[in-house]
Parts: sequence; structure tokens; C-alpha cells
Amino acid sequence: MDNAVKPVLIVKLAKEALFTFVIALIVLGPISGLVLEGFSFRTELARALSLAAVVAAGRVLISFLLGTRICSRALQRFNRNSGGGVTVRKGDEKFPYAVIALVFMAGLSFPFFADKYILGVAILALIYVLLGLGLNIVVGLAGLLDLGFVAFYAVGAYLLALGSQYIGLGFWSALLIAPFLAGFCGMILAFPVLRMHGDYLAIVTLGFGEIIRLVLTNWLEFTGGPNGAPAPAPTFLGLEFTRTARQGGVPFHEYFGIPYSADYKFWFIYIVLFLVVSGVVYSVHRLRAMPLGRLWEALREDEIACRSLGVNHVFTKLSAFMLGASTGGLAGVFFAVHQGFVNPTSFTFFESALILAIVVLGGLGSTFGVILAALVLTILPEVLRDFAEYRVLVFGILMVVMMIWKPRGLVRITRPAFFPSSKSVVEISTNQALEVGR
Amino acid sequence: MSGAVLSVENVTMRFGGIVANRNVSFEAKEGAITALIGPNGAGKTTLFNCITGFYRASEGRIGLWSDGVPTDIGDLITKPIVGGSHLVTRAGIARTFQNIRLFKEMSVIENLLIAQHLSTTNNLSSGIFKSRRFNKTEIEAVDRAYYWLAQMNLLEDANRLAGELPYGRQRRLEIARAMCTSPKLICLDEPAAGLNPSETRELSQVIQILRSEHDLSVLVIEHDMGLVMSISDHIVVLDHGEVISDGTPSEVASDPAVIAAYLGVSEEEVA
Amino acid sequence: MDFYILAQQLVNGITLGAIYGLIAVGYTMVYGVIRMINFAHGDVYMVSAYIAAITLAVLHFFGVQSVPFALITVLVITCVITGFYGWSIERVAYRPLRGSTKLAPLISAIGISLMLQSYVQIAQGARDQGVPVLISGAFRLGSDRDFVQITYMQVVILAASFIAMAILTYVINHTQIGRQCRATQQNRGISAILGVNTDRIISTVFVIGAGTAAVGGTLVTINYGSFNFFIGFVMGIKAFTAAVLGGIGSLPGAILGGLLLGLTEALFAGYVSTDYKDVFAFALLIIILFFRPYGLMGQPEIQKV
Repeated sequence: MDNAVKPVLIVKLAKEALFTFVIALIVLGPISGLVLEGFSFRTELARALSLAAVVAAGRVLISFLLGTRICSRALQRFNRNSGGGVTVRKGDEKFPYAVIALVFMAGLSFPFFADKYILGVAILALIYVLLGLGLNIVVGLAGLLDLGFVAFYAVGAYLLALGSQYIGLGFWSALLIAPFLAGFCGMILAFPVLRMHGDYLAIVTLGFGEIIRLVLTNWLEFTGGPNGAPAPAPTFLGLEFTRTARQGGVPFHEYFGIPYSADYKFWFIYIVLFLVVSGVVYSVHRLRAMPLGRLWEALREDEIACRSLGVNHVFTKLSAFMLGASTGGLAGVFFAVHQGFVNPTSFTFFESALILAIVVLGGLGSTFGVILAALVLTILPEVLRDFAEYRVLVFGILMVVMMIWKPRGLVRITRPAFFPSSKSVVEISTNQALEVGR
Repeated sequence: MSGAVLSVENVTMRFGGIVANRNVSFEAKEGAITALIGPNGAGKTTLFNCITGFYRASEGRIGLWSDGVPTDIGDLITKPIVGGSHLVTRAGIARTFQNIRLFKEMSVIENLLIAQHLSTTNNLSSGIFKSRRFNKTEIEAVDRAYYWLAQMNLLEDANRLAGELPYGRQRRLEIARAMCTSPKLICLDEPAAGLNPSETRELSQVIQILRSEHDLSVLVIEHDMGLVMSISDHIVVLDHGEVISDGTPSEVASDPAVIAAYLGVSEEEVA
Repeated sequence: MDFYILAQQLVNGITLGAIYGLIAVGYTMVYGVIRMINFAHGDVYMVSAYIAAITLAVLHFFGVQSVPFALITVLVITCVITGFYGWSIERVAYRPLRGSTKLAPLISAIGISLMLQSYVQIAQGARDQGVPVLISGAFRLGSDRDFVQITYMQVVILAASFIAMAILTYVINHTQIGRQCRATQQNRGISAILGVNTDRIISTVFVIGAGTAAVGGTLVTINYGSFNFFIGFVMGIKAFTAAVLGGIGSLPGAILGGLLLGLTEALFAGYVSTDYKDVFAFALLIIILFFRPYGLMGQPEIQKV
């Protein structure tokens, strides 16, 4: 049987390869093969041909693998999980307190083992964890595709920068005010989009994000325009982290009688950030177990069913937007204090897309997945610094592949299990019920 | 003598040029099972949507009565900012849908917990710090969910994904979920659609138990005449958006206008 | 009010609007058949600009002198190749996701958008690129000091857009394939049952959308003379605004919306502020979607419960 099938299969694959090669050449050929130079061009035929060949080979490989028995069996196992891979937990899993405590202690003591460069990457990664958690509430839990999330990030960052410039705001005050200010902005953004769905919601939020960026870029007198504005360094109970005190008072190192190090500032930022992130992770974890968290997820599932159960969908959406925005604002403050200045180029649509990629990859709604994805998507580009040019391309490919392969994210989503408080509750109600369907 | 739980007065529903309901009036008595029947396109689901607050009736009044005091449904929908169909549910009208609208990727218990969101503590600080009051209301909600699962004989499915349940059980789950909102009136939109005869028998038992044991009034849209005739106290017949008959099952069954509407025979011929 | 300045803004606005209309067609037709906003459509327009420039450079290399010949050839070749882009994107990134979650197609589209931008940036470089001036000169009305002018290139843009739209309208309204497109738009399931190859129709719609975007891309490139890999982003949002303004799903709506947006944007830029003209377009989008999401020529969609 197999011998008769083989030549047919080979011919089919060959035709597919040729077809794909030609199409790929038409599509990818001109732009990769004929590079514009001034008004004329230079040829890179080898590049064009090899690109088309790679695409064709890839396509044939996928077709071949999908046809083999190993792959079809794997696909069967994959498709057997109905509900797209969502399962309900058994209810007897023990909460991994030991592991969490270990991770927490390790994270807290990280600065003492890492050098400045790695610490900087870690700080950036934690900022993106915060951003991912915030967007996860809006997109992952509530199902509202917000493409302008970067606006709240900018609000927090510019609050610190402009706040210190105009009203003498410091790091700690900004940290306290940012969630409320960003949350308020979230409310303002939410009102017009409350009635919109899916694609329209996405485009409108995108528009909002862009408006904010354009205003920040063009309003030179207030925001400093494209050059941005400086942001102040953090202080610890009034102690500055500089070599000499600039605002009167004693610098940090002098107060504690230790030699000056430029690293202390970053240690401090890291520790505060780590504590804040831990707090947010815990809060989000609790929110999901609360009625509000369940309402968000129910809203994502079916808004009309929610309304029929007496859920005020307006308030539910608003709360998701506001809490997500608050978290974004918080992240913005850390970003400003870490970088030392802010300008509009940090708040482009690509940032929103990146944060979205984190949420999507991590599993819409999964806290652990979002943390993992944020760490991976921040650390990997640093590790692969040489390939920085290809970063956006890889992100794009990743997003398409993820949607085709695992639209619900890499981490499997599980639902919690619930059990009655006592056996008697169940027994009483079962005895009361009529013999329905027995 | 029980009073009315729902009064529909001269309700007309227009969508642009189309008139889906014209001058519909009827009453649903408290503690009774009222059936809304009619050929396809008669405007039954549209009327349902008006009653349950999803559409705003173009004309007329719909009132939910409790202890002799009416609540105007139209007012609830049009309240500025806070108004909407959710207020109708909170006033005591629950519903199910023609195409089952369960939260398919959440567990069965979660579906029922969401329905009880009003009675569970939603205070942010109570929840985040796991206060005693929060825990207490959560436990009560879970117990209540289990109670309704037992009533609907869905106990073994408690911690399964709602979307995995067979069709008949999904329908029962949707009813259980609606009951978790503690309604006075439950509106069932074609609950027997897609059920085989034995499942339909179970359904009729369920509906009757709901009425007798849980002090509930039921309004049901149905095409299954066997079900309708056996359980209804009162039937309202719609055709082309208007009420053509209103009475007990036996009255309606022998009404020539009803026969004409269903068989497509002109009234002169039958009379 | 100075008549000549106003008239100039109107001329610029209509020309701009014609371009917006051409690209809006892609959004509106795709939304009509599969109820999805093709987020990558703006970047398809950007790709067409590059292909037009490359074709022009190649023609120049082969010593082609005749301007009309070059123009027509560039238009045709760019439309064809961009059409292939439209087809491939639908097959690779959207068709596999037809039964998937609600957010999947949109996120995939964003992925494609990022891929196209970075692909062009890597292959062609991040700098602005340019094409030589093909058509220069203008019709001028008025004196040397106060005048309104319409350049020959603007005439070409208006003519080409008009022809493209006329052909498209004819195809949609008077051919069988157009009829199948309209049927699929109204009810995909029933059309399929009645024998329409809906997959092929959807591919066709994507190709048509890419084609009209290519006309726009070619004309813009030749008119403004410079472009880069990022022009798709803002143009995409503006063309989408035009489609929504006119009523998404409606072909005459796309044309009307494009013209309206072009006119209002030109007037805003001329009389209020040029820096914030993009903000104006985005704000307009938000306002329309809030007050009248079904656009000028659309009907309100009743939510089926």
C-alpha cells in the first residue's frame, strides 16, 4: 500500500513546492531582490531566490509532516482537548507556597548577585511584567482589545517627568498618584468605547494611543516635544543616590557610611519595583478569584448572557479599563525613573503591539503565562542583540504562528474547582429534587 | 386568586420600517405557566427581548408586578447611565436563550457563581485581603450553586467545563443559572429546541417543579405543542406580530383563528 | 475668505480624498465579506509604493522614455504583484483562523503588519526612498500672486482613481463575480449552499482590495516622490476612517468617505494646523464610531439576541 502511495505523494509535494516557489518569488522577489539605490537599483538575486526556496521548502516540510503518522497522532491528541485546551482543575492541587517563597527570596536578593547590565535588563523585564499584567486584565480577562495601552504607560512616565519639572513631584509622590491619574484616563478612554466591539474597539483605542503620542510630540512648550523631558532620580526617605547631595540633605551612601556606588540607585529601583510587581501579581491573583474577576471573564465569553444575569456590563468594562490603566501608569513611573528621561519615541504603537504580544503569547488571562512571556520577550532580544534588526520581524512571525498554532497562548488555561461546604448541603438538596432524569 | 406578575400593554416594536410586534397586550398571572406560541416570524422572541429589557419597545408599557406594585420595564432600560437590561434582571426577570448562551469555557459551577454576583461581596479590599465576610459569601454562593445543580440533576457535572456537557444538560444548566438570580418570573426561549422526547418530558417536569416548589412564574416560548399543552395554564398566540388568541389551552386549541394561522388556511374557509 | 486659498485646499483635498477612497475600498470590501478589519491593509499599500518605485527603476534601467507607457506599465505591474500579496496574506494568515477565537484574526493581522514593515525595512533599508519626477507642470487659474493650481499629476490621480472606481463599480454591479461578491457579503452560508465558491470570492476580494491600494500607492509615490517603510501605518488608519465614515461594507461609501475625509483634512491643515492634521483624522474616527458607527451610507445593525 505504501509503495503505491509514495510516488503519488512525491509528485504532489513536488507540485506544491513549485507552486509555492513561484508565488514566493513573485511576492518576495521584487523587494528582496531589487534594492533601491537612489533612483536606480542593485540586484540581490541570490537573496531573492534563496528566500523563495526557503519558503517553498518550509511549506513542503509542513505538508509532509502533517501527512505522516507521527504528526497526525500528535494532532489528534491536541484536538481531543475540547474547549481548545481549557480544563478544570481537580481541586486537590496544593498551592506551591514553598516554590513561591523561594522565587520571592531569590528575586529580592537578585541585585546582590548581578552586575549593572543584567540588573538593568531585569528592571526592564519587570516593567514589562507590570505592563503585561495590566493589559492582561483588559485583553486577557475582559476580552477588550486595547491597542492604545501605551498611552497609560506614557501618562505615568510623563507624570513623573513633567510633575517634577512643574510642581516638584518626586518619585514616591508620582508612584502614589500615577495609578489614580492613569486610572482616571482609563475611565475617560473607556466611555466612548463602551458600546464598541472587537475590531472597532481595537482601532479606536489605537487612535487614542496615537493621539496621545502626537500631542506629546507636538506640544513643545509643555512636554518638551520630541526631545522629551528629564525625570528625577528616586530618593529613599529623603536620601538621594548621588555622590553629593543636590537638594540639601545627606546622600544615601554618606548616611549609611558606605562608599559611593552608582549601582545603589538601580538596586533601589529594582527592589521597589520587585515589591510592587509582587503586590500587583498577588492582587491580580486575588481579583481573578473574586466576583469582579469572574465577571470580567464572563464578559469576555458572552456579553449578552452577562446582561441577562444582571451584570452591569458598563461598570464591568470600566473597571477592567481602569485597573489595567492604573497598572500601566505604575509601570510608566518606573520606566521614567530608570531611564532618567522620557520622550515620545518610547510610546509608539509598536510598544502597544509588544505588550499585546506578551499577553497573547502568555495565554490570554493566565497570570503565570504573562509573567513568563514578559521575561522571555524582554530578555531574549537582549541575548540576541546581534540580530536586533530582525526583532520586529520575529515578533510579527511569532504572533501569526501563535494564533494559528495556539490561539489561547502557550500556557494552558485551567479553571478552578469548587466544592460544597459540607456533604449535607448536597444530600439535602438531592433528596428534595424530584426524580428528574433518573 | 393570584394577581398578574407581568402586564404587557399595547406594546409595539418597530425596527425602521418593519413592525415586529403590533399592539400586543396580555397578562401573565403570578405562579402560572404562560406560553407564548405562534408560527415562525410571529414576533415572539422580539417580544421576549422587550420584556427582558434587551429592546426598548417603541410603544406601550410593560410592567413587572410585585405585591401589587408595578415596575415599568421601559423606565429601567432608559435610566441614564445606570440603566439597561441588567436592571430588569435585578428587578426579578430572568431568561434563557434560544441558542444556549452559557459561558462555555468556564466550569459549570463558575457559570452559577457568576449569576450570584449580586449577593457575593465585590468589595476590592475584602476580596484582596480575604476578609471573613468575603469567604462567607463565597461559601454560601458555592452551596447555593450546588443546591441548584442538585435540583436540576447536574451534580456530577459540577466541575466540568460547561461547553463539554451534552446538549440536554446544557439546557438544564442554563435554567439553573437563571434560577440563581432569584427571579420572580423566568422567561424560557424555546427550551425544548433540539431535545428528544424523553429529554422534553424531563424538561416539562423541571418547569412544573420550578413553578410549584419555588414560587415562580414562568413565561415560555415554545414550538413543541405537546409540551405547551401539557404544562401551560394560559396560552397567548401571536401571528404577524399581533395577538390572535389568548386563553386556556383548550380554548386556544379550538380557536379557528389559531388553526388558520398554523395551517395557513384563510379564516373565511375555516369559519 | 480668500477664494484662491480655499479653492486650493479643495483641489488638494479632493486629490487626497481620491487616494483615501482607493485604499478605503480594500477595508470596506474585506469587512463586507468576512466582517474583519484587515489591519495589514495599510502595509500592503506601503509595499505597493516600493514595488512601484522598483518597477520604475527597472524601466528606467531598460531605457524606457515614454511617460504614458511607463505610467501604465508601472500601474499594471504594481497592481498584479500587490494582488499576489493580498492573496497570500489571506491564505497564510487569515483563512486558517476562520473558526478560531474572536481575537485571533486581528492579532494575526497585526503580526502580518509588523512582518511587512520589518521585511521591507530589512530588505530595502530604513531611509526614505525616492522616485524621479515623472510628470511636472500644472494648470493655473488666476494671477501670478493669487492663484489656484491643479498639477498635471493631480489630474492623473483623479483620472486614474475615477477609472479604477468605475471599473470596480461595474464589476461589482454588472458581472457574475460581482454578484457573487455581493451575495457572499450578505450571507456567506446561503451563498455557499447556492454554489458560490465563497473561499474563492474571499480571495478575490482581498486581491481587488490590494489592487486598488496598489493604484493608490503608485499614484502617491509618483506624486510625492518619496516614501518609507512606515507610510502604511497612518495611511491605514486614515483610509479606515474614510471607510467607516462612508459606511463600512459599502463601496460608494468608501469613495464618499474618502473624498469627505480628504476635503476636511485639507481644510483643517490649511486653516487650523498642519502639525495636528493626523490628530484631526484620528479624532474624527473616534467621533464617527461613537455617534454613527454605521457611517453615512450604512444601516444600523440590529443586535440579534
